[in-house]
Amino acid sequence: MTETTEKKPFEPTIIGFTCNWCSYRAADMAGISRMKYAHNVRLIRLMCSGRLDPTFIFKAFAGGADAVLISGCHPGDCHYVNQNYKALRRFHLVTRVLEQLGIAPARLKLLWASAAEGAIFASEVTKFVEDVRALGPLNWNGAEALPEIEKEEVPA
Amino acid sequence: MSAEEKKPQERVGVYVCHCGTNIAGVVNVEDVSTWAGEKLKDQGVVVSRDYKFMCSSLGQELIQNDIKEFGLTRVVVAACSPHLHEQTFRTACKGADLNPYLCELVSIREQVSWVHTDKDAATEKSKAIISGGVSRVVHHEPLEPLYVSIHPATLIVGGGIAGIQAALEIADAGYPVYLVEREPSIGGHMAQFDKTFPTLDCSACILTPKMVQVGNHPNITLLTYSEVEKVDGFVGNFVVSIRKRARSVNEADCTGCGICWEKCPKKVIDDKFEVGIGYRKAVYTPFPQAVPKYPVIDRENCIYYEKGTCKACEKFCPTGAINFAQEDEIMNVEVGNIILATGWDLFDARRIPNYGYGRLPNVFTSMEFERLSNAAGPTGGQIVLRDGKTVPKSVAIIHCVGSRDKNYNNYCSSICCMQSLKFAHLVHERTGATVYNCYIDIRTPAKAYDEFYQRLIEEGTLFIRGKVAEVTDAALSPAEEGKLVIQVEDTLIGKQRRIPVDMVVLSAALEPRADSKEVAKRFGISCSADGWFIEKHPKLDPVATMTEGIYIAGVVQGPKDIPASVVQGAAAAARVLGKIQQKEIALEPVRATVNEEQCSGCRICNDLCPFSAILFHEDKMVSEINPALCQGCGTCVAACPAGAISGTGFSNEQILSQIDGLLFLNIKSKEAVKA
Repeated sequence: MTETTEKKPFEPTIIGFTCNWCSYRAADMAGISRMKYAHNVRLIRLMCSGRLDPTFIFKAFAGGADAVLISGCHPGDCHYVNQNYKALRRFHLVTRVLEQLGIAPARLKLLWASAAEGAIFASEVTKFVEDVRALGPLNWNGAEALPEIEKEEVPA
Repeated sequence: MSAEEKKPQERVGVYVCHCGTNIAGVVNVEDVSTWAGEKLKDQGVVVSRDYKFMCSSLGQELIQNDIKEFGLTRVVVAACSPHLHEQTFRTACKGADLNPYLCELVSIREQVSWVHTDKDAATEKSKAIISGGVSRVVHHEPLEPLYVSIHPATLIVGGGIAGIQAALEIADAGYPVYLVEREPSIGGHMAQFDKTFPTLDCSACILTPKMVQVGNHPNITLLTYSEVEKVDGFVGNFVVSIRKRARSVNEADCTGCGICWEKCPKKVIDDKFEVGIGYRKAVYTPFPQAVPKYPVIDRENCIYYEKGTCKACEKFCPTGAINFAQEDEIMNVEVGNIILATGWDLFDARRIPNYGYGRLPNVFTSMEFERLSNAAGPTGGQIVLRDGKTVPKSVAIIHCVGSRDKNYNNYCSSICCMQSLKFAHLVHERTGATVYNCYIDIRTPAKAYDEFYQRLIEEGTLFIRGKVAEVTDAALSPAEEGKLVIQVEDTLIGKQRRIPVDMVVLSAALEPRADSKEVAKRFGISCSADGWFIEKHPKLDPVATMTEGIYIAGVVQGPKDIPASVVQGAAAAARVLGKIQQKEIALEPVRATVNEEQCSGCRICNDLCPFSAILFHEDKMVSEINPALCQGCGTCVAACPAGAISGTGFSNEQILSQIDGLLFLNIKSKEAVKA
């Protein structure tokens, strides 16, 4: 069911994971600087992007998210020395799994943002929302809907 | 979920803040609050309210009364960023006998009202965020903070005026200080200046007594010619390793008599203290009042290290203090807190080729002019051209060189206006030359600063409002022959002008130290995009950093003048003293723990931990996490294949439930579609 009403464009729902030190503060910085960006991302604060369990990503997709954003400190700037590199590895791993599940890997984005980069955070989020809007809704509607996905996504 | 079955139903209170119009101007807070009260009942919400300012004492009382009246077991506040007021609301809960960690602050200001304009979308997003917070908070556990003891010693990095002030404040209060300075002497840039604005008192006269105090203070261990190599540990318990570079002089024997540098045959251009316009010897102290008084041998330039002979200094040293074989020494010290006051570098004026610095000899940088005008400088305070004898008849001072310029640095270097006015005054006083000050804006906001500007106008300094396009020696008329010509648009009369002068002084920008990024990394703090160290809060916490136990003072936090650096040095010291006197401090109990029953002993987590907090018990074949070393990043929690590690405050249940909560509206709307 890809019902696109004439009036409203598709508004994707995106779950974003940020670390406590850089990327969440980048979002704060965007706010403090009153930078405007697309409203589609809802953030979850972790202490570190290294805390990101791949399960969280699948849970978000299964729960109805159209895309997932992972963001952390720039490589080399991690508050916990180098744990964002673990997030990077998991990002690559999950990207491959998504592909195998028939979900466009572009629905998962990795964004490095320092506490000073509110502008980058804002513009990247808006860009991501546009990319996901172009992909359309995911319709991965909870665990019981798994068979439906095969019906809907694969032939498409 | 099974977790819900065993858990008694929690009683959640939701509090939506208007933040005046900051939130309420974009988000329909009444609607959000009513919605949460009605639609999130199943999640445990028993009361939902909105209020003008939740963080006010009345707002906090509102929450506290509800906790008692409704028997709330969980609280969700939807307001600003948790980095601003999480502590406020936790404390409020604690005041009503609710464990502070059972409160969740979700941000609908920084993440919603300040960044979105579509009111409906903002209201819906706020609902989703609150729903996420409610789903999460029911899985919160009551936690107790971890207490760590605070080592009474403090490390201060950087011996400029900010570091000196901080060191004296702490040492005078009776606590030990390690003051580490990279150069052979403390004093920093202030030691290079002749006069300080706006009072024009002599820089050395006010600085050197403080330096001597540092050198003699029983509580201060002064480590010059030294650098911090490594920092381990955490607030209260840092272990710092410091490299004491070999001075080639035994400090215990040296009396600082100066015979060695008198006898040293090797003259070297001093590109540090004299910024390339003066000389020193290969064995030297940067300036006569150096603290400590012991010289260093510059091994790159010393004849002995080059050719294996000479040893003039050794021959003449009356106390036998010269030690050519001395080696670098690594010292490990334990400290509770660290203050970084590492200062700044001068903008390299060669980066603006049209100003001709480095090409046209009589173009000087501000630092060169400081040395030129300094009574103890290479010319004994004579303001002369590069030839060393000609007194200029006209001088142009260019403001904002490398500052307020999007090609170089966007920021205002804050000191250049006053510094340029000071230069103009000195030129007037000592040479009687005509002085032109080319400025973009004159910024004289501090006490007695504008009065100084007025004084300069009265003294006859000529002010031209305009950014200088070029400094050239290409003459277009006989009057320009042999002169430097500045090409500038005088924006007040709307005309291009060419002004022939004998000397040009560039008020160059203050820039972060070339290695500021590396230093920030070493101490686990962050730099702004410009490279200045980021404070915890730009207004309310300007000397603390995001890393507990690390403070910043002086220009390293952003360009500022001497009084402001002194204020920050003292402020950082006050913060540290406050910590030391608490003896122990509470840390966030965000830590990972291993469930021994579930641990399979695979050791995957062991190598992941950057803090070596995970120990492996060979006998039991299980891993264990040392809570004092664990910093709570949670990487091991995510990596454990057995799910045996849980992270307090960020458990799987909490995060997975928050995802559910955030998507609650989507699920509802899809159910509606199906039905």
